[in-house]
Parts: sequence; structure tokens; C-alpha cells
Amino acid sequence: MPFGRRDANGQPPLEIRDDELLVVDDLKKHFAVTRGIIFQKQIAAVKALDGVSFRVREGETLGVVGESGCGKSTMARCIMRLLEPTSGRVVFRGRDITKLSRADMRPIRREMMMIFQDPYASLNSRKRVGFIVAEALEVHRLGTEAEVKRRVQELLEVVGLNPEHYNRFPHEFSGGQRQRIGVARALAVNPKLIVCDEPVSALDVSVQAQILNLLKDLQEDFGLTYVFIAHDLNVVRHISDRVMVMYLGHAVELADRFTLYEAPKHPYTGALLSAVPIPDPTVGRNRKQIVLEGDVPNPINPPSGCWFHPRCPRFREGHCDVEEPPLYPFGDDHVAACHYPLERWPMSEEEMRMLPQSAVG
Amino acid sequence: MALLEVTDLRTYFRTDDGIVKAVDGVSFSIEKGKTLGIVGESGSGKSVTCLTIMGLNSKRTTITSGEALWKGKNLLTMGAREFRDIRGSEIAMIFQDPMTSLNPVHKVGKQLTEAIQLHRDVTKSQARARALELLKAVGIPRPERRIDDYPHQFSGGMRQRVMIAMALVNNPDLLIADEPTTALDVTTQAQILTLMQKLQEEFGSAILVITHDLGVVAEVADEVVVMYAAQVVEKGPVERIFKRPHMPYTWGLLGSLPRLDSVVDRLVQIPGSPPSLLNPPRGCRFHPRCPYVMDVCKADDPALLPVFDDSDHFAACHLDHETKDREAAKLIAGMMAQAS
Ligand SMILES: Nc1ncnc2c1ncn2[C@@H]1O[C@H](COP(=O)(O)OP(=O)(O)O)[C@@H](O)[C@H]1O
Ligand SMILES: Nc1ncnc2c1ncn2[C@@H]1O[C@H](COP(=O)(O)OP(=O)(O)O)[C@@H](O)[C@H]1O
Ligand SMILES: [Mg+2]
Ligand SMILES: [Mg+2]
Repeated sequence: MPFGRRDANGQPPLEIRDDELLVVDDLKKHFAVTRGIIFQKQIAAVKALDGVSFRVREGETLGVVGESGCGKSTMARCIMRLLEPTSGRVVFRGRDITKLSRADMRPIRREMMMIFQDPYASLNSRKRVGFIVAEALEVHRLGTEAEVKRRVQELLEVVGLNPEHYNRFPHEFSGGQRQRIGVARALAVNPKLIVCDEPVSALDVSVQAQILNLLKDLQEDFGLTYVFIAHDLNVVRHISDRVMVMYLGHAVELADRFTLYEAPKHPYTGALLSAVPIPDPTVGRNRKQIVLEGDVPNPINPPSGCWFHPRCPRFREGHCDVEEPPLYPFGDDHVAACHYPLERWPMSEEEMRMLPQSAVG
Repeated sequence: MALLEVTDLRTYFRTDDGIVKAVDGVSFSIEKGKTLGIVGESGSGKSVTCLTIMGLNSKRTTITSGEALWKGKNLLTMGAREFRDIRGSEIAMIFQDPMTSLNPVHKVGKQLTEAIQLHRDVTKSQARARALELLKAVGIPRPERRIDDYPHQFSGGMRQRVMIAMALVNNPDLLIADEPTTALDVTTQAQILTLMQKLQEEFGSAILVITHDLGVVAEVADEVVVMYAAQVVEKGPVERIFKRPHMPYTWGLLGSLPRLDSVVDRLVQIPGSPPSLLNPPRGCRFHPRCPYVMDVCKADDPALLPVFDDSDHFAACHLDHETKDREAAKLIAGMMAQAS
């Protein structure tokens, strides 16, 4: 690397295309596990996020799926700078925001907002809805009192709530309505990017459909970009343009939504897909499933080599448990971290027979 | 005779705000060795239905009527001792949260052996051997090393398995499972559903599974009951419910589901939210949200009637058969067309 080709933080510069709103590069977050009360000593680290990279283009939705504990929320919080990443970079609109001071972050906070899973916990229950939505505006000092009120009522209407309900408290709304309040609050400052952390996971299907439709409409109307986190593969495919699959703090596969669901390369993606119940009794019951054994390992003490190898039906001894797979490219914009990727999907009868007996259901 | 025959079950709770009609005229039956799925959104009365059958509501605040015939005997009027003998031996229940049926301060082996000895005359070591067998049957790896662990030492999925082992202690004829996989990740859910089906084959138990997930119902149920606002709005064999649904609420549920086997731009949206059970709407309870609402729907509560050419399939809706068939066909065709 020639001298001088480093950015302000001493890192080699990233090449960023004009249409890339968010670039995440080798992002890591390790939580210290400490012992002792007075003299805290770090005895281990939880590798909650261990080197994730991806790019999000303006106006698109990047879906993120993975089972609980794989680091999705940690990643969202690092992107938002609600958590300080251990290493790596978050570049927003061409600017590395990883090391920005509080003051320098302030104007940027207005451009990236977050929506949370539990609308109740994320809303201050003692404040009126008008205040909750206005708060974002006030924090950023956008307008006079009358302007703020008008804007808030406008926002309530945009998300499908009655603007007359300006003075109600969160508990007077249903779960779906509370999520709409969360959306209104996120929209208040005209953000460019909204990071949605499981926004519909706690909702019933009919309400979930309402919120998903709303998010799609708003994206169209306001040109929003979403990072949409969920553990439900159906929901993620519905809302996303591209999808990233995470396992134990790693991105294991990333592709456009059709490719990912129709031609997955990583066995973990295959296992996730085949575990999703299909609401059609004739289709669901006749397919063969890849069944994963055991549980997700502990990120304090992750496995050697490929972190998925202890549960992988295609595991090869001496390779997968030794060498960590990089993200191999498979055609346009499709990468997967596997030494022995799936050749076809669904797997052929022959391939199914090659799997250990316990892995087929 | 059906194993369990529930007729016109009603469970009303007295509360400070008034009477909550949590279950309001629910009927269904379960045959030996079969799986019945009750599906509906939260608050529709699924859990209370099961708790009532199991006699687990507080006597003081609950008004119950109707019948729940277990092998011909009404559980709702049965004496406490007789009921206790049936519960836990002939009927067992598992919950979404395994800790509701596991005691956190005792080792799982101890809890299992005690449950075994409660209903059977066996020695401690025989009971322990049986406990090991059960842990093995539910897929706990190396059970002899886990049997003396406490519940919190197991992961979520493994704890769910321990609870299932607990429920299977006496080879129940009926296993009631209230959202058994709702708190689990998909891969763990798939493991548990597969396990339940395997155990059903092995033990011949009937299963009553409650879920809000139509996918789960489609995978495991033989018969389906759809609940809305404390009532049954549609019921029948699983393929009939999914291939020829005859009730606008069921259409809404199916259409609002993003699914792996089809691509749609917009999901079907059921407007509004479910009604309060303190004061449900007159007429059909779904009418304020129904896109097909007619005057009659606002006045008369539709009866749950058999579909004209399908006596196993029931729906509660005033729409005429032609419209229902046409709309159902349209919905299914829409999902199929986009499937490829
Ligand atoms: N503050 C923290 N301290 C220690 N470990 C944490 C902390 N926050 C999260 N973790 C751990 O990091 C991992 C990832 O958690 P999270 O990002 O919440 O996952 P997800 O959102 O995908 O369910 C988990 O193992 C979790 O226990
Ligand atoms: N002990 C109780 N007292 C008063 N209302 C109750 C009680 N238990 C449940 N309910 C109400 O009964 C309705 C049905 O509840 P439930 O059967 O738990 O719904 P589901 O399991 O379908 O989500 C809900 O409106 C709930 O608030
Ligand atoms: Mg999370
Ligand atoms: Mg319930």
C-alpha cells in the first residue's frame, strides 16, 4: 500500500460508488466479559459481530436474516453509533462516521433513524403521542411550536393514525398502532436511511401486513433506504431487494432476494429455507428438509475454521474445521462463505442421500 | 365417538371493566391419534379455550358453560379428583414458555421421576430409567449427562424438549400444545415439530396445537379450527381450509401472509383491528372489517354451517356459496400465479 493512500483514521480508503448510501466494512463488536467487582478483569469476549461487510444503495432495502443471537441488533446499533464498534468502518453518504464526535454526529443522526421491535418499550409511556413524535423534531430544532404541531399531525396522518389522537398516551393504542407511532417518529426528520430492527416480529399477521404495506408505501413516497432486520424469512423476502444471511456474527451469504431464495449456496441458508413452514398442506409436507442438529454455539467460544461447521451437513473434516471460508463470489452480487457450496436447490435425491441420515427430515 | 368433543363452550371472565366473553360458543372435536390445529390472532380465545378444557381458570372470576366430553364424560362438571387423574395422565399440556411447567429449583431428572411416580407404581430407579428413556426420545443428546441439570442449564429448544418429555411421562391420549414453537427460531421450530410428529406416530397421541402461524398449521394439522373474536368462524380438514376457504377472515389471514412460495407486491390488508370482547359488535363479529359486508351481517350473527357440498367443512358467513367459491378461487389462483 503506497504511503498516503490512507484516510483520516489511518485506514486504506474504500471505493464507494455514488449510489451507495451506506457502506459497512469489516465491522466488529466484541463485548468484554468481566469478572470481579472492584477490579474488573476481562476474562473473555463475546464476539457478537465479527467482521461484517456490505453496501446498501440509495432507495433499496437490504434485508438481514438470522436466528436470535446472531448479532443483528448489535450490528444495527453499531451502524447507528448507539454502540461503539470494536473495529471496522461505517461509511454513510461517503463519510466515515465511525470515529465522529458527538457534535459531529448530531446532523447525521437526523439522516439515519431506527425503528425497534417492541413499540411499547421504545415509546415513553408517560408522554403523549404528539410529544413523542415531536421530540425528534425538537432535538433537531426544526421549526416553531405551531410548525412542529402541524408537522406531527401530518406525520400521524401519513402513517395512518388519526391526527386528532395527538394528545393520547401510548397505552391507548394497539400494538400495530404503536408501531405506526414508531414509524412516524422515525420519519419526523426526513431521514435518508431507516434501520428497522424486527419491526413486525411482535405483531399479528394482519397487523404485520398493514405495517409492511405502510413501509413499502413510505419508501416509494419518500425515497427511503431501509436496512430491514427480521428472523422471519418470508417477511424479509417480501420487503427486500437484497438479503444478507447472518450466522454467529458473520455474514454467510448475500444475494438479491430471488437468487438467495431460489439458488442459495450456503448450507445454512438452505437449512433456514427448508425449515420455514409453508402455508400449503400439499407443498409443505412433501418436501425434504435439511434438519440442523443441536444449537447455535456460544460466541464466547466459537468453533474453529468455519463457524457453522459443527452443525453443517456437508462438513468435511480437515478443511471446514481448519480454514475459515472467505466470501466466495457466485455470479453478480452473490457471495457465500462456504468451501462446499450447494450445487443446486432444492438438493437432488442423490445429494440428499449423501447427507448424514440425521440431517434429513 | 370422538376422543374429545367440545360443544358450545363459553368462558366469561368477570373483570372491573365488565364481562369479558373470552370464549363464546366454541365447538370442535378431536379424533384419536389425529392433530387438530386452532389458529387465530392474539386475543381470539385460543388459550382460554384450552385452559377451560384443562380446568385451569380461576373458579372465582370465571363463568363457564357448554360441554367438553372426554371419552364421553363431561370435564366441565367432573369432580376435582377424577379430573386430576385425567389431567397429567390422559391429557397433558405444554406451553410456549417451558418454565410454566418446569420447576426452576429442581433438577429435570427429579421432576421427571416424581411425575412418573405420581401416576404409576414404580421404584425410584425404574422411574429414573424411564426418565432417561424419555429424554432420549425427545432428542436430548447424552441424556445420562443432562438428567441432573437444572432447567436453566438447557437452551430454549432443549428446554422445550424437556417439557415435552414431562408431558409424555404417562403416554397421554391427548397432548395440548399452546404455541409450542412461537418463541423458537425456525430451525429449532422445525426440530420440535418433527419431534412432535414422530412422537405422535410412536405413542399414538392426539394433538391439539394452538398457533397463530398458518404455516405451522398447514405442516402438522389434520383438522383446522379458525377463531376470530372468541368464536369459531371456519373449521374443516386442512386441505379444504387452505384450498377452498369459505370465510372472508380466513381469506384475509391467508392473503396477509408473506410467503416463500409466492411473490406479491402488496399484501392483502385486513383493515382495523379485532374488536373488544367486552362489547363485541352485533351481528357477525367480523363485519366492521369485512370488505364484503352486507346489511344482514350487521344484524344477524351467522351460524357455523356446513359448506353445501362438503359436510366436513364449516363456515360462518352470510355470503352466498357462489361468491365464496369465486373469491376463494381468485385468492388461491392469485397466490399460485405468482408462485413461479
Ligand atoms: N451488552 C452485551 N454484553 C454482552 N453480550 C451481548 C451484549 N449485547 C448482546 N450480546 C450478545 O451478543 C450476541 C448477539 O446479540 P444480538 O445482536 O442481540 O443478536 P440478535 O439481534 O441477532 O438476536 C448474543 O450472543 C448476545 O448475547
Ligand atoms: N383471566 C382473565 N381475565 C380476563 N380476561 C382474560 C383472562 N384471560 C384471558 N382474557 C382475555 O380473553 C381474551 C382471549 O384470550 P386468549 O385466549 O389468551 O387469547 P389467545 O390465546 O387467542 O391469544 C383476550 O381478550 C384476553 O385479554
Ligand atoms: Mg435482536
Ligand atoms: Mg394464547
